Amino acid sequence: MKLLRTAIVSAAVLSAGTAYGQISDNLIKIGVLSDMSGLYADLGGPGSVLAARLAVEDFDAKGKGLNVEIIGGDHQNKADIGSNLARTWIDTEKVDVIVDVPNSGVALAVAEVVRDKNKVFLANGPASSDLTGAKCTPNNIHWTYDTWALANGTGNAIVKTGGKTWFFLTADYAFGHALERDTTAVINKNGGKVVGSVRHPLNTQDFSSFLLQAQASKAQIVGLANAGGDTINSIKQASEFGIVSGGQNLAGLLVFLTDVHALGLKTAQGLIFTEAWYWDMNDANRAFAKRFAAQNGGKYPTMIHAGVYASVLHYLKAVQALKSDDGKAVVAKMKEMPTEDPLFGKGTIRVDGRHIHDMYLFEVKKPDESKGPWDYYKLRATIPAAEAFRPLNEGNCPLVKG
Amino acid sequence: MAVETKSLPASAPTQVSWSELIAFVLMVSFLIVAPLFIYPVFLMKVLCFALFACAFNLLIGYVGLLSFGHALFFGWSSYVAAHLAKVGKISIPYWSGHWIVIPLPPLPPELAILGGTAVAALFGLIAGSLAIRRQGIYFAMVTLALAQMMFFFALQAPFTGGEDGIQGVPRGVLFGVFDLSNIMTMYFTVFVIFVVCFLLIYRIIYSPFGEVLKAIRENEPRAISLGYKTERYKLAAFVLSATLTGVAGSTKAIVFQLASLTDVDWPMSGEVVLMTLLGGLGTVFGPALGASIIITMQNYLASAGDITLHIFGFTLAMQPGQWVPVIQGAIFVICVLLFRRGIVGEIANFFRIRL
Repeated sequence: MKLLRTAIVSAAVLSAGTAYGQISDNLIKIGVLSDMSGLYADLGGPGSVLAARLAVEDFDAKGKGLNVEIIGGDHQNKADIGSNLARTWIDTEKVDVIVDVPNSGVALAVAEVVRDKNKVFLANGPASSDLTGAKCTPNNIHWTYDTWALANGTGNAIVKTGGKTWFFLTADYAFGHALERDTTAVINKNGGKVVGSVRHPLNTQDFSSFLLQAQASKAQIVGLANAGGDTINSIKQASEFGIVSGGQNLAGLLVFLTDVHALGLKTAQGLIFTEAWYWDMNDANRAFAKRFAAQNGGKYPTMIHAGVYASVLHYLKAVQALKSDDGKAVVAKMKEMPTEDPLFGKGTIRVDGRHIHDMYLFEVKKPDESKGPWDYYKLRATIPAAEAFRPLNEGNCPLVKG
Repeated sequence: MAVETKSLPASAPTQVSWSELIAFVLMVSFLIVAPLFIYPVFLMKVLCFALFACAFNLLIGYVGLLSFGHALFFGWSSYVAAHLAKVGKISIPYWSGHWIVIPLPPLPPELAILGGTAVAALFGLIAGSLAIRRQGIYFAMVTLALAQMMFFFALQAPFTGGEDGIQGVPRGVLFGVFDLSNIMTMYFTVFVIFVVCFLLIYRIIYSPFGEVLKAIRENEPRAISLGYKTERYKLAAFVLSATLTGVAGSTKAIVFQLASLTDVDWPMSGEVVLMTLLGGLGTVFGPALGASIIITMQNYLASAGDITLHIFGFTLAMQPGQWVPVIQGAIFVICVLLFRRGIVGEIANFFRIRL
């Protein structure tokens, strides 16, 4: 089967004309590597494949003479499966760019493979700020958000409104650790204090023992350094344990629109968190969300989907400008060209691969404030692009000189 | 002490049979040609798991001991090999400080593999000396318990990287000569490791030692009455099996440049049982065939998830990866119901040959 496919692809390469001299096999192949079935499937997953497809449509690849193909794959939140799939895609399927990859542990493994093979990695799903920090590579773009930005937005806002003592519930892998680390730094800087933390395995169903520890810590704020299904479960169970009614407050450090949808406004109301994008902010976003939801079973896009759309669009622009799909060269071009797209507006990509844009502090509406399904957020503050992300010289990225 | 016995099983002549020789030549020549038209990384994965299954088969097929904790040796050897190849430095923490620190540099792959194998052998000795005191389901449960204990240790220990695993392990240069970042060099290294271990297992099975193992499998009280200290034989077989599993695990870590929780978790122990059973318990070639079938299936189904979403504008939910356990379970059931000897076992039985 594989053999046959390879044969067909190579035959196609030989017979096809070369409109773009340096584009290997005259085809840009986008591999959307995501969690297709697990706890992150709603916030990334099949929706990310759709977002990438919409980007290709809007770029009008056909009209511009670019052959673009999209494939999707499930990394099952396992670093070994993810990196194997990435390697196989690049070696046998001639994939040029890998997109999304929620789950920082998998993303860091994929980043290694992509760097080895000199392809491109558009990180939208993963949060760990190490992707543009100590582990940055010349083949990565980190588009949507990162743990530093989340900590900076949410941590600052909560400590300044009086949440001085914190207890962390942390997902026990690269992402959770990075989020806890970055948030702790923000808390300490603002005069708050972390009184303890507990780490839970990824994809936990039963949070009772962790929540009891959080309760016993008497911290004012229980910080949830987890995501997706884990956040949903911990918030639900926290309300069952009476954490909030007992006087402690929850801080969801990474909450997605789909999480709020799953929780319902009754449980989620009042949560404060930081996001990069929300569908109901301007007409362009609303139009995109409508179009997206129509093809996604009515589910609205999260910021990750928006990020996938915008980053794929920018990638294709760079490929077209460069007339090449060489990994390092395209990423360099992406950094050089200012970004502009309907969803994130104008922005830039820093030398460490960080895309710079505004971040927003949202609060979940009360049930009576919401006008209908998916109308969940109200804007509390806009964090301007210049302050939203970690300063370039603090990340220890080897690509940043001096 | 070891009384010579002539009551060897009739089906075990000490000469190499023609059927085995032919099968071996076929297998080796296939493996030499295969990388030309099959993706070598995939083949290396098959070889690592084939070796794992063969090592496992040494225990279940020839001593009749069903270990349900072989992931312990597989996973831990890969962690140790990955750590040695990437970091090298060994420090054993004690309270808040470091008790023993061995300042090693990152090791070349051959030493990393040896290190992983040695740790697997050591764990095999510890786990084996506890487990062989019991039989049947109790043996399986003891091995499972020990393996899960070490799984949780791997989950929490700092050097394993928890859910992230040890990533970006350098492949290095073998013996200072062969650069393993070249995919063909890597492939033939794995190939040689596999063939050497395979022959070693073959040698063990048909040695006088192996005959005693088979005697224990068939009738342990009788072997005891003949004067064999069966506990020692069983322990030796357990350690050998764990060691060879360690070779497979360490090699896998070097090939994939990654050691992760998947390899040390209990489904891995179950998977190797399935591979061995499907290929044929107690056959020489069965486990290798079983492993290649299971790995091929997993690989095909994982990439069958690559559904391009251009189908009438519908979004397809595509998670065939999820179906792997279901299909594996079905195969397991079919295998147990319809061909209990496994694929190779049934073929051997049909043609009355040894395989």
